[in-house]
Amino acid sequence: MVTANPTTERVEKLAIEDLTIRYGDTVALDSASFKVFENEIFGIIGPANSGKTSFLRALNRMNEMTTGMTVDGVVRFDGTDVRDWRDVYALRSRIGVVFPLPVGLPLSIYDNVALSPRLRGIKSRAELDTIVEQCLTRAALFDEVKDRLDSLGSLLSGGQQQRLTIARALSQDPELLLLDEFSIAVDPVTTMRIEDVLKDLKQELTIVLVSNLVRQARRLADRTAFFLGGELVEVGETEALFTGEVKDSRTTDYLEGRFG
Amino acid sequence: MSSSFSTTDLNVRNQRNERLFKLLFGLITATLILPVVIIIGTLIVKSEGTLTWAFFTEDPTNGMTEGGIFPALVGTLWLVAVALIASVPLGVAAAIYLSEYAKDNWLTRLINLAIINLAGVPSIVHALFGVGAFVLFFNFGTSILAASLTMAVMTLPVVIVSTRESLQAVPQSFREACWSMGATRWQTIWRIVLPNSISGILTGVILEVSRTVGETAPIMFTGAAFFLPFLPSSVFDQTMAMSLHLYVISTQVPHVPEGLPYGVALTLILIVMVLNSVSIAFRTYLRGKKKW
Repeated sequence: MVTANPTTERVEKLAIEDLTIRYGDTVALDSASFKVFENEIFGIIGPANSGKTSFLRALNRMNEMTTGMTVDGVVRFDGTDVRDWRDVYALRSRIGVVFPLPVGLPLSIYDNVALSPRLRGIKSRAELDTIVEQCLTRAALFDEVKDRLDSLGSLLSGGQQQRLTIARALSQDPELLLLDEFSIAVDPVTTMRIEDVLKDLKQELTIVLVSNLVRQARRLADRTAFFLGGELVEVGETEALFTGEVKDSRTTDYLEGRFG
Repeated sequence: MSSSFSTTDLNVRNQRNERLFKLLFGLITATLILPVVIIIGTLIVKSEGTLTWAFFTEDPTNGMTEGGIFPALVGTLWLVAVALIASVPLGVAAAIYLSEYAKDNWLTRLINLAIINLAGVPSIVHALFGVGAFVLFFNFGTSILAASLTMAVMTLPVVIVSTRESLQAVPQSFREACWSMGATRWQTIWRIVLPNSISGILTGVILEVSRTVGETAPIMFTGAAFFLPFLPSSVFDQTMAMSLHLYVISTQVPHVPEGLPYGVALTLILIVMVLNSVSIAFRTYLRGKKKW
């Protein structure tokens, strides 16, 4: 635990200001404001339909790829409004995303991990080999697949595919990693292994962890935000929330399983 | 608990209905297959002795009452090939735009509606459009080019629809995963969407070819000739074609021996069947390699 006034030491990675997300007339997230600091795991918890995934989509401007989602307010990434990034593809390549259901692309395991480096223009086989091995190792998958890197990534088991997508996200060499309920299709043992990986990764990058498991957020997150029905109810140090230092009684109710 | 496994009246009725409907639908299906069997059977019986090697490699002689169908066979290949060269790239490009780039708004929906309606336009209307546009306005004259372009316009909507469906069959989650890595739409299409929909696209194209082979109306006024004793040397020549040749020797020429039209018809059906078999085999092969 950092004891000395933590806010002054921490560097701001994301600043969310009055972020409102709508689908047509339905409000998915209502003027949320909070900050995410560098090298922390920032947890977002809340029941279904509380705006968690919509928030992640606003971060890397995925709303621009589909119709119907409108975003108001400001998301600052390293101090710059994401909408002011001239090259949205460069923005996205700095943000790794892991989806709830593992998406093994219909490519070989090797090509899954090499895809992002190739998009960046890396062609040298040796360089790609290094990246692939490194990322698979960091995602705790390399030993299981090192003999069959040419077989299809989409045919791995659910837990392996999810580690493959984490390896793929790491191959982007991201500064920010977004995890959206990553453990939904993963067995408990694999979940614990991935959680260990995340704790290590925190040294190098910033992680936003959306979780439907309250206890997962408690295990991993330094700070946690509680979303409910599109409202940011509360944000604070994770331990403080769980030990009852809450401003809103709904947070305690949710954490103790009285609804949701 | 009531006695659990005794048969009730309702069970009896359900089982009787089950047998009844199975029989009924089976009979209807058999009735529908019957005409196909009769057609192919008649063609095989009546064309006996016609389909020799010489039939495929010699010119028609003696006022088209003797000889082979070589120029018509070659002409059909020309027409189909040129039509494909025109329609496939355009159709696939339009389908990619509609499926991958276009926003879902009223204009896109209007275009989709127009394409579906275009597929329903009778081929004789396309034929007249072809005369007006390609033969006269673009001044291609009655030629392979004009006839093939007419067929291309006619088949474009079908190519677009089948390609779009193949593209849409690729899960959206693949695209999202790719975009979120910073890939552009084109990089996503090129590396993920196209490799995984190419089997469907090619299947659609082959089925399209088999349809084009038999078309008569669109080529009749635009480039297919009644009788030509020589092969076309460029797309600006006229040509004979299988479908028109069949029409001509069946209705326009006196004293044609009975086996000849049946032989031509059987050849046409064989071409279509071979193409369809290739398409099915290809699809089965690629489905076996399906990657998700």
